[in-house]
Amino acid sequence: MPLTEEQKKELQEKALKIRKLIIESLAEAGSGHLAGSLGMTDIFAAFYFGGILNHDPKNPSWPERDRLILSNGHICPARYAAMALAGYFPVEELKTLRKFGSRLQGHPEASRLPGLETTSGPLGLGLGQSCGIAYGLKIDSKNNYVFCLMSDAEQQEGNTWESAMFAGKNKLSNLIAVVDFNNIQITGNVSEIMPVEPLRAKYEAFGWNVLEINGHDFEQIINSVETAKKSVGKPTLIIAKTIAGKGVSEIEGDYHWHGKAPTKEEAERFLQQLK
Amino acid sequence: MTTSDKTKSIRDGFGEGLVEVGKNNPNIIVLSADVSESTRTNLFKEKFPERFIEVGVAEQNMAVVASGLANYGKIPFISSYAVFSPGRNWEQIRTTIAINNLPVKIIGGHAGVIVGPDGVTHQALEDIALMRVLPNMVVVVPCDAIEARKATLAIAQNGKPSYLRTERPETPIITTEDSPFEIGKANILVDIQDTSPSEAPKERRRVAIIACGSLVFNALAAAEELSKEGIEVEVINCHTIKPLDEKTIIESAQKTGAIVTVEDHQLAGGLGSAVAECLAQNHPAPQEFVAVHDRFGQSGTPEELLKEYGLDKDSIKNSVRKVLGRK
Repeated sequence: MPLTEEQKKELQEKALKIRKLIIESLAEAGSGHLAGSLGMTDIFAAFYFGGILNHDPKNPSWPERDRLILSNGHICPARYAAMALAGYFPVEELKTLRKFGSRLQGHPEASRLPGLETTSGPLGLGLGQSCGIAYGLKIDSKNNYVFCLMSDAEQQEGNTWESAMFAGKNKLSNLIAVVDFNNIQITGNVSEIMPVEPLRAKYEAFGWNVLEINGHDFEQIINSVETAKKSVGKPTLIIAKTIAGKGVSEIEGDYHWHGKAPTKEEAERFLQQLK
Repeated sequence: MTTSDKTKSIRDGFGEGLVEVGKNNPNIIVLSADVSESTRTNLFKEKFPERFIEVGVAEQNMAVVASGLANYGKIPFISSYAVFSPGRNWEQIRTTIAINNLPVKIIGGHAGVIVGPDGVTHQALEDIALMRVLPNMVVVVPCDAIEARKATLAIAQNGKPSYLRTERPETPIITTEDSPFEIGKANILVDIQDTSPSEAPKERRRVAIIACGSLVFNALAAAEELSKEGIEVEVINCHTIKPLDEKTIIESAQKTGAIVTVEDHQLAGGLGSAVAECLAQNHPAPQEFVAVHDRFGQSGTPEELLKEYGLDKDSIKNSVRKVLGRK
């Protein structure tokens, strides 16, 4: 279903706000992961504000809620910003990112912030946890969806494939995974460090439906999830092509920004570059 | 108590306990990594197939799927050989179960050299250490099949991440159905009465043997023989390594002034270490460790291996004599 111009504009505004908050909160924190956070912003905007996620910010443990599992937890600045804008906690609190006593830990810690669902950071663990939740929902005949956001480099972890096998075997059609395909990781480009392609063929071989989208196109994001929600007998993987650092032209596509936070001066400059 | 014509494997006790747990609570889910028969989760599988999940040879995934199930509200038991779980999936347990304080029950099967013919790769000697260094984790090492059944029921209800160590071979039944079992409360099986409190423990030939697992039987056998030589031996079944029953251990050290710990586990990091940490902080006492002294296991019969690795009755007696000489 196509988005109206107004819907697109709304999502663009939300995404712009999220990007702004990411840059500001990371500059304030002095450390963290900028590139992936900016790259996944449009997907977070679509999930929290585009009607994908069935959730209630005022009731993070609402049993009917969909679960959003962030497996590549290092890009939590994007999730925290989206959650703040959605009303899970005050936007002001983003200033406490990575600080002692903060609910916004450097990598998400589930018990500290309602709404996070899982603790993450170590790669390769989110898909399996998502499988466990999806399996539980399924045997209890519940209709909630479980979304698992992963990174492309994370596909290098063996546990990811154990989980992919498990999801396929158990026909977890309520499980929808999204891979942030930006081709960067700490040490360089994924395709040079340890290539994970052909990802579509691999997941299809494991019994999954696979869709490929532009991870910055709201319509494609929303429509691919709509398609995935209708899946029968198979989990779905959405491979989302994204640009690391999207929105800040100076750093787009540059893997050096995987694990860096901007200085205060860089942050000012980057904020200018946001459209 | 030291002669037992009844033997039964600890894994059997666990398997039966698991079925009982399944009957009591519809939220119990059991996950297995291809070894359901030898770990005895097959008994649960037969009774409650809709609550049994076979994950195949994928112990890491087993842990994280269990974490997800617990996150959702189920109470999962995960089962494999201890070398693989918590061996292979230790970090998954740390990150997704311990840190989140989720009530996943990790059952480490085939523990100790007593596994026998399978050999070194399958003989877990490090699992108690691996689990007890994790905050939030409860660690239980039952001494016989009866205690294993009780321990299984207890951890199913404790609401915490928990590790239960089971063994493969048939070993003597030490406890009875009426023996008390409470997580965190060590059982004094042979109690030394303090008949002359004025006499300093240092002067007396008294010792406490603190043991866990099936080796508690060897501890009792050693104690009985030593008592005929006029040595007073207190025997404690310390089934819960974490949380450790510090009160009982400290009192025992105060009474006896000398400790021998016994476990089918490396010297480093297991029961002995836990006891030493407690006593060093509260009531230092000379301690001998009957444990595997920094070696890997190998194939053999349980009898051969217990002898080879210094875990048999005679080794315990020698350690008692040694610690008495250090008083």
